[in-house]
Amino acid sequence: MKKFIIKRLLISVVLLFFVSLIIYGIMRCMPTSYVEQQAMALATRPGAKSYQEWVKQLNEQYGLDVGILQGYFQWARRAIKMDFGDSWFWNQPVLQKFSSVIWYSFALALVSFILEMIIAIPLGILAARKQYSVADYTITVVALIGISLPSFFFATILKYIFSVKLGWVDLYGIVGRMHESLTPTGKIIDIAKHMILPVVTLTVVSIGSMMRYTRTNMLEVLNSDYIRTARAKGLSESKVVNYHAFRNTLIPIITLLGGSLPGLFGGAMITETLFQIPGIGYTSYQCIVQGDIPFVMFYMVFMAVLTLLGNLISDILYAVVDPRVRVN
Amino acid sequence: MHVRARKNMEDKKNEMHLDDAARVKVLSPGMMVAKRFFRNLLAIVGMVIIILMFLFSFVGGAVIPYKQSQVFYTTDEILKDYAGATEIDQYQFNTAEGAELPKDIYSKTMLAASNGKMVFESRNGGYYALEEIGEKTYKVYSLSEAPKALYIKMPEYKSAVEDGASSFVKDGVTYYFSAEKNPTFFVGTEIGNASMLSFTAYDSKTKLSYEFTTNSLMAYANGESSFEADGATYGIVIEGDAINVTLNGENYALLSNMNFNAVTSGVYLTPEYKLTALEAFAENATEFVFADADGVDVTYKIENKNGQYLIKKNQVTRVIDSYAAPSKEHWVGTDANGMDLLARLMYGGRISLLIGFVVIFIEVLIGTVIGGIAGFFGKWVDNLLMRLVDVIYCIPAMPLYLILGSIMDYYQAKPAARIYMLCIVMAVIGWVGIARIVRGQILSLREQEFMVAAEATGISTYRRIFKHLVPNVIPQLIVFASMGLGDVILSEATLSFLGLGIKYPAASWGSIINAVNDSYVMTKYVFVWLPAGLLILLTVLAFNFIGDGLRDAFDPKMKR
Repeated sequence: MKKFIIKRLLISVVLLFFVSLIIYGIMRCMPTSYVEQQAMALATRPGAKSYQEWVKQLNEQYGLDVGILQGYFQWARRAIKMDFGDSWFWNQPVLQKFSSVIWYSFALALVSFILEMIIAIPLGILAARKQYSVADYTITVVALIGISLPSFFFATILKYIFSVKLGWVDLYGIVGRMHESLTPTGKIIDIAKHMILPVVTLTVVSIGSMMRYTRTNMLEVLNSDYIRTARAKGLSESKVVNYHAFRNTLIPIITLLGGSLPGLFGGAMITETLFQIPGIGYTSYQCIVQGDIPFVMFYMVFMAVLTLLGNLISDILYAVVDPRVRVN
Repeated sequence: MHVRARKNMEDKKNEMHLDDAARVKVLSPGMMVAKRFFRNLLAIVGMVIIILMFLFSFVGGAVIPYKQSQVFYTTDEILKDYAGATEIDQYQFNTAEGAELPKDIYSKTMLAASNGKMVFESRNGGYYALEEIGEKTYKVYSLSEAPKALYIKMPEYKSAVEDGASSFVKDGVTYYFSAEKNPTFFVGTEIGNASMLSFTAYDSKTKLSYEFTTNSLMAYANGESSFEADGATYGIVIEGDAINVTLNGENYALLSNMNFNAVTSGVYLTPEYKLTALEAFAENATEFVFADADGVDVTYKIENKNGQYLIKKNQVTRVIDSYAAPSKEHWVGTDANGMDLLARLMYGGRISLLIGFVVIFIEVLIGTVIGGIAGFFGKWVDNLLMRLVDVIYCIPAMPLYLILGSIMDYYQAKPAARIYMLCIVMAVIGWVGIARIVRGQILSLREQEFMVAAEATGISTYRRIFKHLVPNVIPQLIVFASMGLGDVILSEATLSFLGLGIKYPAASWGSIINAVNDSYVMTKYVFVWLPAGLLILLTVLAFNFIGDGLRDAFDPKMKR
């Protein structure tokens, strides 16, 4: 087991190297980088140097005057020491900006993740138990609609109904206009109120696949021999389903959930941007549009790490949860 | 009876045994799949939706009379400047027939009126004189020199100098002299008049003669109620600040102290109109009503800016028909650029569907080749290719699309080029899923007996991979592709929604919904974004239904 984990970790490091190299290469190809914009702005000042001179000076300043490969190694040398430089757009260290915004994303993702589990798993099991019933068909159709819903469209409909027509919540943002004058409890309630629509969007959009996954696995378990044995023993149906079948269904589900845990830190770029929640997704969206290379580099590598971590966790969990894998 | 007897005979002839192969209707595996697929209600619904979408986009786009980037116009009433009116603060000159006024007569008159020197020399060297005939009303004379010695001793001259005048009359002739110690004497010829009044004839064809203007000014200045000019007798009626001149009891001309200018050329402002406007000015009104040439009352709004009046009127103007509500001409309305939304939805559907199919085709191509090679050869080839797959899998797709979108923005890629680029990039990122499926399948398939047999017959590696292994993966590929189609359409819509995918004037469903980024459009014009969103939802849902049905059909054991 230890050997397996170490081997996987080593492979992950090698993968990370290549992934970050590719990302760095693409970032350096970005023509509308922040540097050009800055140079443009500085060159228009009265009595300023020409645009070309500014670009040259800024490139030197930001370490962009070297080749892609050399630049990458410069970046990597500092990145290993957890030094990702200063964000150009936000004008503060990347990690500082990151730690100030990540918790919005995490809260958003965690709440919708919990909601997703609470709703999707029981419904998936229900659909599997009553295969081909009206309930099964309804759940299948609803799940597929959830998968097919474009998040931006669903978010717009929610906004239209609950913000524009009913006026219950604000259209954008994480805090209301009167936020500063509220009591501490009031502030939390204010933020929570602004989180409602994003959470609903994220939950509905991601609930479908979870529901279908649970259903498929439950069906597989219900068709297996040991369930037939349990029924043959004369156990009650509820005991068969809730005790024998459910525990076995949990194996793939826990693997999936474990694998998606790191993703909770990844932020939901589209949803956050639509609701202007200042999480990691919206922040990096702004950085991408502005050509802020240090922050986007960090974000992309961070996402890659999360993906690798997710794969690793689900592999390890699979071995931990399923004794059959461990024996092999 | 006859028919039945005959049938019985035939039945006897074709009598079958219980284990006769013909008794059991044998279906080919493909037919079995098709049969199971068509029994699935959801899959059929999906099929119908997709067929309708294709008809809507491809046939609809050809049938609809509008083009996707055709701009529609409408007429709208807009408050526009109609005329301006200014109080006259400069002398207005009327020139006698055949005479010519010097260019600097305006400034010279102003100067003479203020300092009282009625004889002045103009820049062209000629001498001119003014004769005051009323308040701020003058006659202008052109002067020619007269022998000085004759007049300098005359008593008329002396009394004129004492009075401070610059002219005297002798024997019915008016003599002018310059106000110097050693004066020059002149005799004058009348060449024009100057006043602070403007003349407008009631009939636009009437030319007001010089004699008319001079005599009317004199009559007005002397407070007379009638005067004669050109052999006709005119009456004078004072109306507020304006003077109405009548001929035979009918209105003939209007004299007013306001200068009117129409904003658009070719508009003749009648004296009646001016009179109405003047009345409104005097009452400090903000608007007045005046009937136009067809007798229809038109309301004019007045803006007063420090004595300068601006008259505005609602005028019919051609404007772009943006955000028109659904109507008979535009079933779904028009968008911000005045383009027909239904046509754009149809053309956008073409692009959305096309991108979906092209991307999936490229993905399947790359994925099958690389997955097939990795799975078949195993060992280091597999290791290398799968690490490549891992690397690409780790690259976050959405940020990458955004970066590439902004790169294309910078180079101002043409709409068509953007579409191709988008297809290629999405396929290059998306093939890894298919490669993994193909590799996994082939890894398990190549250990099976039929592959051992294939190897024993000694057929080439190429044939073993692509004739024996890959066809066995096709069911999974089809399922994956049909569900992947939905994902691709969603991604493209999301990108276009963020404004980085398909760009104006090309349309896609995502770029049509893009309009909601303007909250005003979102709240006011639901018809702009709702249909496009529903179309995306329906299409993706239909692809998922089909994929789901296909999975069941291929794998009856799992039955969804």
